[in-house]
Amino acid sequence: MGQISLFVRILVVVVLGIATLLALPNVMSPETRASLPSWMPNKAMNLGLDLQGGAHLVMEVDMNDVATRATENLEDRVRAFASENSIGYTNLRIAPMAKTAENQGHGAVELTLRDVAQADLLKTELVRDGIQVEVGADGETRLFYTEATLQEFRKRALQQTLQVLRSRVDQFGVAEPLIQQQGSSRVIVELPGVQDVNRAKAAIGKTAQLTFHLVDDTIAPSAVVVPANRTRFYEERGTGENMVKVPLIVQKRPSLTGEMLTSAAAAFDQNGAPAVDIAFDSRGTRIFAQLSTQNVGKQFAIVLDGKVYSAPVFREAILGGRAQISGNFTTAEAQDLSAILNAGALPARVNVVEERTIGPSLGADSIKAGSVAIVMGTIGVMIFMFLFYGLFGLAANIAVIVNLILLVAVMSLLGFTLTLPGMAGIVLALGMAVDANVLIFERIREEVDHGQKPLAAILGGFQGAFRTIFDGHVTSLIAGIALFMFGTGPIKGFAVAQIIGLLASLFTSITLTRWIILAWMHRARPSRLPL
Amino acid sequence: MRFPIRPFDKVPHFDFMHLRAFWLWSSAAMVAATFVLLAMIGLNYGIDFVGGKMVEAKLAKPISVAEVRAVTEEAGFEGSVIQQYGADDVYLIRLPGNIPATQTAEAENSVMAGLSKAAGGAELRRVEFVGPQVGEELRMKGMLAMLMSITAILIYVWARFELRYGLGAVLALSHDVILTIGIVAIMKTEVTLTALAAILTLIGYSLNETIVIFDRVRDNRRKYPNRPLREVINLSVNQTLGRTIMTGGSVFLVLWCLFLWGGEAVHDFSRILIIGVALGTYSSIFVSSSALLALEEWYRKMANDDAASAKVETKSSKKS
Repeated sequence: MGQISLFVRILVVVVLGIATLLALPNVMSPETRASLPSWMPNKAMNLGLDLQGGAHLVMEVDMNDVATRATENLEDRVRAFASENSIGYTNLRIAPMAKTAENQGHGAVELTLRDVAQADLLKTELVRDGIQVEVGADGETRLFYTEATLQEFRKRALQQTLQVLRSRVDQFGVAEPLIQQQGSSRVIVELPGVQDVNRAKAAIGKTAQLTFHLVDDTIAPSAVVVPANRTRFYEERGTGENMVKVPLIVQKRPSLTGEMLTSAAAAFDQNGAPAVDIAFDSRGTRIFAQLSTQNVGKQFAIVLDGKVYSAPVFREAILGGRAQISGNFTTAEAQDLSAILNAGALPARVNVVEERTIGPSLGADSIKAGSVAIVMGTIGVMIFMFLFYGLFGLAANIAVIVNLILLVAVMSLLGFTLTLPGMAGIVLALGMAVDANVLIFERIREEVDHGQKPLAAILGGFQGAFRTIFDGHVTSLIAGIALFMFGTGPIKGFAVAQIIGLLASLFTSITLTRWIILAWMHRARPSRLPL
Repeated sequence: MRFPIRPFDKVPHFDFMHLRAFWLWSSAAMVAATFVLLAMIGLNYGIDFVGGKMVEAKLAKPISVAEVRAVTEEAGFEGSVIQQYGADDVYLIRLPGNIPATQTAEAENSVMAGLSKAAGGAELRRVEFVGPQVGEELRMKGMLAMLMSITAILIYVWARFELRYGLGAVLALSHDVILTIGIVAIMKTEVTLTALAAILTLIGYSLNETIVIFDRVRDNRRKYPNRPLREVINLSVNQTLGRTIMTGGSVFLVLWCLFLWGGEAVHDFSRILIIGVALGTYSSIFVSSSALLALEEWYRKMANDDAASAKVETKSSKKS
């Protein structure tokens, strides 16, 4: 009677051994960790952004922009299709569509067919690509992407954004970044240890749509009315308060786009100012050669995200497929721009909808504060338990230490991230974990008060308290899980510490404390319990 | 003094149930007062829930709030909320509302440049920006998390005990949460994600306290089926009183450690929990057990009335 089964003893020893091994790397220096033999666990807990400093950004893909771009592409598509199939039309344009259940009010391509009989050709061919074609009796035709197709585009845009952001972050050389989809339109970007967050944010969030447009100098740049196939961009010259915006009228359709680039590199222009050298792929080279041959002496504009960077003049035919973007760059900007161009353009605009940036010094301060709180909390609880439960309190204190080891071990093993709220969670878990032992000891006191012999009182105490401990833990776990499901970043860290702490205390209170106390009973055989 | 210390030498015999009407009514009154208070002064929502931008700056030398305000106003952010944060050279600046200017990096750059000039150097320690849409989503998610955990707990307690125990527990727990929120409103503590985490933790803790007592009530009812419920509840509260005080004490202790040494970032968190744990300990002793007894008596009265009316019905049906 009152023995701990061999199975439980082995279980406790094995769990404790493994846990100690798993937890050890956390108190080692990185050098010691690296020199560990390969069979030993060498993973320490990941530190959250709030502890090591860095940026947490949530970026949202502008889905309206996706639809707008799709409609713009549709216009090109329709024009090309019409000319391939010699379909006569007039008045091709993009018009806004009324919001209905079918579509969400994005644009549609409208045109007037010269021959209504050709409508069937449009319908049968384009419908396959998820384009809806509506033709009126008078040849008034409206084409737009169905909602299902747009949905597909949105999904693709998000995937593409993830990909581009990944390669951009790689270009910036951030150690262990995290880039993760959130919901159906957002991307979480975590950049641990980044110092210049503004620079990183500007570079990562840039759409980087690079286009080359021929300048139309037959229209005055300040003209009030611009024809439908022309558009106005501005070039910013000078900096700060001296900056002026110079308008430029260009062909709306770009002659070349950034998709036709093979590489970009930071360089200097002939005046020694920072610039970006770009090289086109074979298709780009061909188009650029043709363009420059046909337009010698004419001006073209290099446009990035709707802003003219430079508008040089073709002095001669350029056949090598190389060009240079100069403009108001600093060296860092030129470097960033070339990195971005190499990584590719984003399929649509992205906006930062949430940002949490922690400086490295604050992170270090938080680690210090959190550690002090954990140490003080542990010491406080241990003194408390000893004062109120004496020898039994010491047994509980061993369990407190073991709980701490288990907590750290599980968090290291499962790769959970330690955050400042997580450290608070550990402190709190320490305080709550003694509850199980308190319940047991109070029960034992009651049994003693009822005149039970020491061993019977102890066994009765453990037995009587178990169900209460279990119920209490389950209810706290429910709250912890709700917190985990709701929480983001640091709060999740808190929930994890809570949940693991609860499980650890459930385990130690019914195995380890019991074992220690019973072992002591068998050795000391007290006639009165020192409780 | 004997060692180890015992709060009570023997199981105490306080008659908690004697004043149950007082506990219940005073709690109800406080809850009602909290609702009035919340309607009147409302909560001080942080940017997590309403959107906005916040900047934490460490200055090379302490300057006054007025000087910091001058800087923010010069940068074009009139109406910024400026607060010393932990030390007299650390400032937390909440830029006003969701004016578009606060959304770009230029906002913190201009403020930091101004601070740097005013204090001879300033370090950007933290920037938090939450878009209005995200703020709204977080608010919804937070409400949902609270409702979800309370519902899940009600279901668990219902399954493990009986419905009236579940109701009693949820009553006590809502009492703790509502009063804590009331104190948060009075102290103008900023309601952030961390504050919400504190409230959710409190839900778990408060319930844990109540469950221990209810568990004992259930045990004792089996043990003493012939004693009146009032006595059984009193006995149970008294038997678990030592434990309630001890566990409350140890949690209180670690919370104070957090509050004193855990740094500015967990200050509000630990403060909310210190209040909540005090309330939770009080309510588990006084409110939840009183509520359980009141619910039980009400149930019994309902059952009696039902039985009585059933009797009357059978009688009248016989007559006809």
